Amino acid sequence: MKCRACRAPAVVEIRRHNTTLCRHCFLGYCRNQVGRAIRDHDMIGPGQRVLVAVSGGKDSLALWDMLLDLGYDADGVYVGLGIDGYSQPSADHARAFARRRQARLVEVDLRQQYGYDVRSGAAADHRAPCSACGLSKRHIFDRAAVEGGYDVVATGHNLDDEAAVLLGNVLRWDLEYMARQRPVLPGGHGFPKKVKPLVRLAERETAAYCVLQGIDYQVEECPMAAGNRHLGYKEALGLIEERSPGAKAVFFGQFLERAAAALAGASAEAGGAVLHPCPSCGAPTSSELCAFCRLVERAGGDPRRRVPVSGR
Amino acid sequence: MEGVKVLLRNPRREVEVEGPVRVVSLLGRLGYRREAVLVIVDGALVTGDATIKEGSQVEIRPVISGGAGPR
Repeated sequence: MKCRACRAPAVVEIRRHNTTLCRHCFLGYCRNQVGRAIRDHDMIGPGQRVLVAVSGGKDSLALWDMLLDLGYDADGVYVGLGIDGYSQPSADHARAFARRRQARLVEVDLRQQYGYDVRSGAAADHRAPCSACGLSKRHIFDRAAVEGGYDVVATGHNLDDEAAVLLGNVLRWDLEYMARQRPVLPGGHGFPKKVKPLVRLAERETAAYCVLQGIDYQVEECPMAAGNRHLGYKEALGLIEERSPGAKAVFFGQFLERAAAALAGASAEAGGAVLHPCPSCGAPTSSELCAFCRLVERAGGDPRRRVPVSGR
Repeated sequence: MEGVKVLLRNPRREVEVEGPVRVVSLLGRLGYRREAVLVIVDGALVTGDATIKEGSQVEIRPVISGGAGPR
């Protein structure tokens, strides 16, 4: 196969665009898609400092790489989750990437800094491991960004992630979640602005980007994620995509274009809760103690430990 | 005759198949959905129409976070 753009030998097929691209044109395509998402959704302003939420996987490392190549001032933050056999190699990939790109990586370790890991936190707080993991990471990313003086937190959510989340929300007709499912969540009330610059790229594309850029990433899956509901939604969408290439992009893209504005009311209604600083950690919360501090306390850790981030 | 060694992931394991074989045929034979994986032959990403020669080192790498085993 030849590259549709330059006729060099192709290395990647993109079925939803009915095209094949060579390495050079594919890397350009990925950067263009990220640049377009940033522009279209006003994600990152000139001179703003970005904190990339890095897991050591393909999406976050591809995102960090592209943001640096596009000239953004982007540091990374990695959370050690204490998952045996998984967290260590993930951290190694994040550190190796930061060294290679001479970028700054902030590290926070749940065991060392808060006295629990995902497994013990999930058990103590009666949550699924993925829920304890998500809660911990969101809290630490937010705190790291606010305390480090970053303007924006960028996460590696891709088109497949967003389409799968949307399918889950639609199946429950969860209007409140649907209203919040945007490529940009504005900051304020103690929360940083959050952006998803990969929403125009499928995860096969971010994986191919890493392979073609020589970025080593954590290929093996998190042992705690196997069989989760999100994966089931991805598999269902994968089967639809196989018959109708582009279906996922249309599903999510048209949601943003047609439905998101109509759902703004649901978001405003849900956003009515009065927030105050958590007495333990200072994070904004509508409860007496924020959900993160409750989890840490139940797991026997110390929620008052601060994320050690400082501005440059 | 030397076959084609194929590295599979999640869990990591290796199988050997007869070569030469086209990428799409290999994926079909092993039960993988094309869009759920990348195929890397001797370190290089290849498209579905590529033919894998005997003696090649192949990796079938899932791309779906959350696991992408055979159908």
